[in-house]
Amino acid sequence: MSRKLHPFNGGVHPDGHKEPSNATPIRAMPLLPRYVVPLRQHIGAPARPLVRAGERVARGQMIGAAEGYVSTAAHAPTSGSVLAVEPRAVPHPSGLFDLCVVIEADGEDRAVELQPLDWRNLDASALRNRIRDLGLAGLGGAVFPSYIKLNPGAQAIHTLILNGAECEPWITCDDRLMRERAAEIVLGAEIMRHALGCASVLFGVEDNKPEALAALRAAAPTDMEVVSVPTLYPSGGGKQLTYLLTGVETPTGGRSTDVGIQVFNVGTAYSLYRAVCLGEPLLSRVVTVTGHVAEPGNFETRIGTPLADLLAAAGGALPGAVGEIIGGPMMGFDLLDRVAPVTKSVNCLLVKDPRLFPARPAALPCIRCGACARACPADLQPFEMYWFSRAKDFGKAQSYDLFDCIECGCCAYVCPSHIPLVDYFRYAKSEIWERERDKREADQARRRHEFKEFRLEREKQEKAEKFAKAAEKQKAAAGTETANPEEARKKAILQAALERARLAKEGVTPKNTDNLPAAVEKEIAEIDARRERMGAKQQGGEE
Amino acid sequence: MISAILVMAGIGLVLGGVLGWASIRYRVEDDPLVEKIDAILPQTQCGQCGFPGCKPYAEAISKGEADINLCPPGGNDGVKRLAELLGVEPKPLGAGMEPKPKAVAVIDENTCIGCTLCIQACPVDAIVGAAKQMHSIIAEQCTGCELCLPPCPVDCISMQVIREDVATWKWRYPVHMMKRAA
Repeated sequence: MSRKLHPFNGGVHPDGHKEPSNATPIRAMPLLPRYVVPLRQHIGAPARPLVRAGERVARGQMIGAAEGYVSTAAHAPTSGSVLAVEPRAVPHPSGLFDLCVVIEADGEDRAVELQPLDWRNLDASALRNRIRDLGLAGLGGAVFPSYIKLNPGAQAIHTLILNGAECEPWITCDDRLMRERAAEIVLGAEIMRHALGCASVLFGVEDNKPEALAALRAAAPTDMEVVSVPTLYPSGGGKQLTYLLTGVETPTGGRSTDVGIQVFNVGTAYSLYRAVCLGEPLLSRVVTVTGHVAEPGNFETRIGTPLADLLAAAGGALPGAVGEIIGGPMMGFDLLDRVAPVTKSVNCLLVKDPRLFPARPAALPCIRCGACARACPADLQPFEMYWFSRAKDFGKAQSYDLFDCIECGCCAYVCPSHIPLVDYFRYAKSEIWERERDKREADQARRRHEFKEFRLEREKQEKAEKFAKAAEKQKAAAGTETANPEEARKKAILQAALERARLAKEGVTPKNTDNLPAAVEKEIAEIDARRERMGAKQQGGEE
Repeated sequence: MISAILVMAGIGLVLGGVLGWASIRYRVEDDPLVEKIDAILPQTQCGQCGFPGCKPYAEAISKGEADINLCPPGGNDGVKRLAELLGVEPKPLGAGMEPKPKAVAVIDENTCIGCTLCIQACPVDAIVGAAKQMHSIIAEQCTGCELCLPPCPVDCISMQVIREDVATWKWRYPVHMMKRAA
């Protein structure tokens, strides 16, 4: 090709092992009786469940809505009823459970009505919102919500790179996709170019995939460039491929968008084509099943397919298999539970056999040979980062740009002492993330505590002011009283009543014989006289 | 001789004046050491150290009135960082001050009588509610200080340990076999 390549430093040449799985066309998985769709398949906040147990769903129906900015939707892979919305095993190195929607298929595979988008005439923001609701996330492994990446924002994007390097050994899903569906990938790239408003589009494909290169070249219009890059792990790393194709280095701690370049996986472009041109949400992806299996190959797999069923579709593991890896041998992790489902990030299920995947040899002390630094494609010094990560001196590890490590595994691959370097870096990174989380929480607590103290002080002051005001008002009221004749009259009445009460209290309690009318007095006098007479008579009788 | 003395005295006076002016003009209001100590403390505001909050404890440490190993939520890691900052030897946490796993308070809403006592006790205003209305704890803002537990007259608040999930899971410290040197 005419384009001048800019080889990055380091990299390794592990055995490709692409042949077992890249010879046969992509096979469709049969409809399964049950699917488990995790709500957290992407980077960012998990989707908010929209369905409950017992509800009926159709294929393509949204069952989880994007929650917050960095999030995307999840959809039902087939029609049926929701069995449960509960934590289930997910493909994650921790083996922890996460919230999933379990769907029992009814066998009809009835779909919701799909609405293709007129993307050329649609407003860019409306297009992005539709893409979010169609659940698109990067299928290369990082599963970053695509709608955010399609927002050029403040930085103008001048170059779009479609990543078809697929440098990780064993994996061939992008290879098969490019061979078989190049036209659709190119259409997806066209939509991306439209959304980003960039001029230049580059496809980067490793030269161990000549068929894919040929297919893309046949499908791509003249203003898109299909570039063959030398096979070298990890040329499929976003930053590495960017440098390889353009010679532009991504700044430390930054993204390629900072230098005006956006990178998408070819699988994402294909899914974007389906989402926009057919209106179909991200319901399936191509997954490679390879290694120690009967019929290795690539499968068009619905999101939510249990990995055990996927393995069975490939004829099952051969006798002597010693476990599975999700992803490739360089960056993947051991699968802990086969009932875990395929998610948007699962690109490969690799069955290990003892011959090609022997147990890790015991590590020897670091001899500071520097092989890791020579192999590092990010130009880091892994032996220094290892030293400080091992000593839990995270600040020092960070000062050696730990967060520029892409965890590609080149350092551990070349280490003559077989030290699991990447394990240390992952450990150090997650510890630092936790500390940052704790720090944020502490800062928030400090702010809230300080505000509470301020609030209490303010309330106290307000109360004191209120009392002062009330007292002043009373004083003022006492001053104005005499000026008002009505008030004065009322006061006189009150005063008189008070005086009466005071006199009454002083003890001259009036008898009920006081102050009586003359008639009543006369009557009383008569009664008294009669009593006297009677008394005199009685006295006389006794005598 | 005299002129030399006068010149030196003059320079001394001028420099002294400049220094005196600068010390008033550029006075540091807060003790920066307190801020630094406070930044290390976990801000749970739980008072387990015997001081009414993290800031008073930080002030006491900076004055040398309190030991650095009195903060259980900060853990041994916090003690280590305090020791590094202050240039003293780290020591284990005080007796009976083992750090507990992180937890949040949860109100049993069927039992809550709406007395507002917990709201007044919460140092970070993480409880919402009103008199005779049900109270509720904002989990994201709860520091797990347990200060709301004792005032509750119906014992309807309990601490719930925060379980690790996929988002907060951490890679473990790599444990691997080291080959013995022959």
